[in-house]
Amino acid sequence: MNNSEITLTNEVERGSTIQFLLSELKPKGKWLTPFNIISIPIILLGLALIVIRFAKGLGSVTNLSQEVPWGLWIGFDVVTGVAFAGGAYVLTFMVYILNMKKYHSIVRITVLNGFLAYVFYAGALLLDLGRPWNVINPIIGNNFGTSSVLFLVAWHFLLYMIAQLIEFSPAIAEWIGAKRAYKILSGMTIAAVIFGITLSTLHQSGLGALYLMAKDKIHPLWYSEFIPVLFFVSSIFAGLSMVIFEGSITHKVFSDQISEKDHHAQNGIIHGLSKICAGTMFAYLGLQLLVFIHGKHWDLINTPMGYWYLLEKIGFVALPMTLFFISYRKNNVILIRIAAILTMLGIILNRLNVTVIGFRWDSPVRYVPSWMEIVVTLAVIFTEIWIFRWVVNRMPVLRESPIWTKNVK
Amino acid sequence: MSINRRDFMKTLGIAGVTMAIGKDLKAAKTDDSKTEFYGVLYDSTRCVGCQTCEVSCAEANNLPESSDELVAGVVRNTSESRRTVINSFNTSKGEVFSKKQCMHCSQPACTAACLTQAMYKTHEGPVIWRGDKCMGCRYCMVSCPFDIPKFEYHSANPKIQKCDMCFERQKEGKIPACVENCPAEALLFGPRRELIKEARRRILENPDQYVDYIYGENEAGGTGFLQLSPVPFDELGLNMKIQKSSYPELSKGFLYSVPSIFVLWPAVLLGIHQATKDNNVNEDEHE
Repeated sequence: MNNSEITLTNEVERGSTIQFLLSELKPKGKWLTPFNIISIPIILLGLALIVIRFAKGLGSVTNLSQEVPWGLWIGFDVVTGVAFAGGAYVLTFMVYILNMKKYHSIVRITVLNGFLAYVFYAGALLLDLGRPWNVINPIIGNNFGTSSVLFLVAWHFLLYMIAQLIEFSPAIAEWIGAKRAYKILSGMTIAAVIFGITLSTLHQSGLGALYLMAKDKIHPLWYSEFIPVLFFVSSIFAGLSMVIFEGSITHKVFSDQISEKDHHAQNGIIHGLSKICAGTMFAYLGLQLLVFIHGKHWDLINTPMGYWYLLEKIGFVALPMTLFFISYRKNNVILIRIAAILTMLGIILNRLNVTVIGFRWDSPVRYVPSWMEIVVTLAVIFTEIWIFRWVVNRMPVLRESPIWTKNVK
Repeated sequence: MSINRRDFMKTLGIAGVTMAIGKDLKAAKTDDSKTEFYGVLYDSTRCVGCQTCEVSCAEANNLPESSDELVAGVVRNTSESRRTVINSFNTSKGEVFSKKQCMHCSQPACTAACLTQAMYKTHEGPVIWRGDKCMGCRYCMVSCPFDIPKFEYHSANPKIQKCDMCFERQKEGKIPACVENCPAEALLFGPRRELIKEARRRILENPDQYVDYIYGENEAGGTGFLQLSPVPFDELGLNMKIQKSSYPELSKGFLYSVPSIFVLWPAVLLGIHQATKDNNVNEDEHE
């Protein structure tokens, strides 16, 4: 019933929806691009490693131990990846809640990025679960472990993925030409946005709160009761730096899809985002300083871990923050991009310092990820980029919406 | 008999609240007053290091028997195939033995961490692991301050291995295998309250034989396994830096803030959204 309606409203040359979908599944453009040549073998190797992992257990692929039960797949794929996906909730806040129309043209691509990040990082989480067939237990109530921070995070991942799918769904409706669905789904955007921002606030900080009980295991320079607040604040500029970084790449790769108007708007957008980064990073550094003084760990600064701590805070937070501030005056896009990359490196450092490097820092045998863990991580990232590219090439993500959407509103 | 409106509302309110939370409230009350956690008191001064507890533990839990020798000063650890271990230490008072296993905390970090309650603190006291619920996320291992839960990394159907104070045996009315088979009476099974009394009595009666400290009385907010020692406990490799309050306390503040954010955020966001929307209309009119 619904299907036939969609078909009727479709443009004539497209034929039936199914035929259209089948044709869209085929690859577009050239096959042998440098990205494909690198990514295809890594994805295939990653798949093989995943098969081994499920056949022979986690120990056959990872270097995890009884002392360090969470490694690269959690510390990088999940904890760092979700911080980078924070751009989606910040941008939807700016565009839908604060009504900053200037940023509207990059909302869809950011939400798509965020959605795919969550899908794939939740996927990476499945790889890390020893008994993944029980993953449904906290959802169906076998049992509800409500005292667990991880319970909160798990539910939030699920709900936020649904919220992001709803936020993105008008683009899918435009793609298949479903006018009625478009109208309904667009009407749900605000509710999904509000719900999504609330969920993001809680699980961005919740990822930090996961480590609160590991008090004796994390290096004191990185452990504090304020980890949740620090994780939340840093997710704002982590997400926006990712938006700046990703924007500068997509604007090159998919330049044919972007209208002249949006192309010109891009610099203004990047400039605006860099100001928010500068401000939130300033607040973040202030919080870090308070936490440091509160923790009374002056003696630890003059140790190797102390230098490492200073490198993270000065080299990868204070320095890019200064660059962002300089670009306040000078509208220098290159400078902003460098600052964004430094900021992202800083976030990777910070998340890994809490979850992997600073975790069991005093243990005689240190955890170092195996090459296989790294390959699987790369395979996850590359697969995500493949899907991202597939969607951007087909749906109106970067390009303008079809004309009929204006009449539906 | 007359009921005015206020009384009626009051009654209705009380009835409603009682219906909503009454059941839990009642259950919680009986828990507090009647629950008597059982535990084990381990006395290092009596232990002779015969490792019978290790052998009987492996037998009771269908685990392989460990083959490595007990050498003074060499620390052996519990593992995915060994739930308890005896170690020998060269101390200020000569060779002293120490037993390691799950401490069965009164408020365990692992059960607070578990998102499916696979790790579960039973009303009897043992902390048990339930395979039909566990998804193998290993958050219990991240959280446990004693590093007790062990994961079978080389299995396609991995289990978490740790001492469960022989919960199955307890249900049959038996006592834990290690306690039952200890030839030196170094292990004593009973209600935790009684065990602390007994430990105090031993210290009081032989003050020069014991250090005046019961390990586990306050560690991590109190544990089911308690230990007495002739030498300071750090000489036996026990972590004295373990905090004296419970570990779930550490993430409580965060968890308590969740409902308030869930109430506050959507309302504030909706408000801002409405406010900025009106603003736009005005601007349009100006143009």
